[in-house]
Parts: sequence; C-alpha cells; structure tokens
Amino acid sequence: MTVKQVSYTFESTLETINHAEEQASRIATAAGFSEDDVMSIAMAVREAAVNAVLHGNAYDPGKKVTLAFDQGDKDLTIVVRDQGKGLDVDSIPDPLAPENLLKQSGRGIFLMRSLMDEVQIKASETGTEVKLIKHFHGDAADSQEASQ
Amino acid sequence: MSMKVSTRQVDGVVVMDMSGRITLGEGSVVLRDAVRELLSKGNKKILANLAEVNYIDSSGIGELVSAFTTVKNQGGELKLLNLTKKVHDLLQITKLYTVFDVKDNEAAAIKSFN
Repeated sequence: MTVKQVSYTFESTLETINHAEEQASRIATAAGFSEDDVMSIAMAVREAAVNAVLHGNAYDPGKKVTLAFDQGDKDLTIVVRDQGKGLDVDSIPDPLAPENLLKQSGRGIFLMRSLMDEVQIKASETGTEVKLIKHFHGDAADSQEASQ
Repeated sequence: MSMKVSTRQVDGVVVMDMSGRITLGEGSVVLRDAVRELLSKGNKKILANLAEVNYIDSSGIGELVSAFTTVKNQGGELKLLNLTKKVHDLLQITKLYTVFDVKDNEAAAIKSFN
C-alpha cells in the first residue's frame, strides 16, 4: 500500500492561497492525475484556501491555515483547516437559485463540490476543516498500480 | 501570471482584451478598475475579450458578475467574447452562461451592440 502524506502551515495571507494552489497542482501532477483533474484539484484547493484565509481567519496574522495531503491507493485527500469561528454551511444560499445568480460571492463551496468527487466540511468554534477527495481513475489509477 | 487589460475602440464599442488570471486579489482588482474607468469616461458598450484568460476562480467569476451588473445599472451593456474551454465550463456549471451575452466572433459581437 502506498501512502504519501505531507502537510504545510501557512499565514493568513493572499500569498497562501497561491501557495496552496501551487502545492496542490504539484502533488496532483506527481500522483498521476490527468491535466484536467490536476486543474480541478488545484482550483478546489484554491477555493478552500480562499475561504480559510478570508472567511475563516479573516486575514488575522495570529491564525494559521494548514494544508494536508494524503495520497492513498484509491484517492488523494486534501484537508484545509483554518482557526476561525467555524463556517455555517447551511447559511450559504444556493448560488444556482435564480435570485442568487447575480450575487458577487457564494460560489466557492459549490465549485469545490463540482470539481471534486467528495467534499466534507466540519465546522466548530475553533475553526473549519474542509476535506477534498479525488479518486484515482483512468490514467491516474494505472499510474498508481505501476508505482506499487 | 497576473492579469493585463488593454482597450481599443471599434465602431463605438470598447473591446477589453484581457489576458492572464482573474482571481482574488490583483486580477479581480484590475478588472474592476478597468470597468470603472471605462464607465467614468462614458463608455457603456463593453466587449470583454477573454481569449487569453486561462484561469478564473470564484472571486473572478464574482467580479465578472459585478462588472456585468454595474454596467447594466448605468444603462450600458457588457458582453463576453472568445471564452476558453475552462472559463466556458465554469460559466456553464454556475448557470451564468445564459446570464451573460457570450459571443465567439468579434465582428458579429460589435454589430450586436447597435
């Protein structure tokens, strides 16, 4: 069984969002995902990082964002955690509802769910944890088997 | 790669040639400032050429929506031209493809304003 784990801790800055996206792109590429999947994974991680920096930690320099990658046999799992007050997912309006289509924000979690195979969000008073999962399939799955 | 915008006038329409990434931070701000400047100069027919925009995130999508409504609220029109596949797909899944007037031919797009 091949398991590769790596984690990073970032400041609550705009640069963190770009760093998170770059790390996701690099790791997903190394894991053997297709170009389209790599872009989807990187974009989903970027959206999670945006939420963590802006809405979770609210740019607070005393709060950190952690990013953890766990590459297993069947999937790549990425966990993004912040130290904010906890995101109330139920309070986010449906971005596809006609009355919300022209709103400027509120599409981040929807995009994560569209781009990944599974998205799990746990919120508490000490922060929000977003777990993003992409399954290996096609070329990525073949690459995984070949490496074992 | 950050975003760049250059503008040109074609038959009374301002074409915004955009390149790079429209994302939270610099890219979104560049787009917002460009649209505000055009409106302040009385330009209300705006064609945003996204042929060289290879990446857009939810903040960038929000900025496009904001630009669209800002121009519309001032009696103008903002249309989109030459979407890349990625941007096209994102506008499809967010159901914004039907909100924006999307064109794939510049000459026809210019004519559609008049």
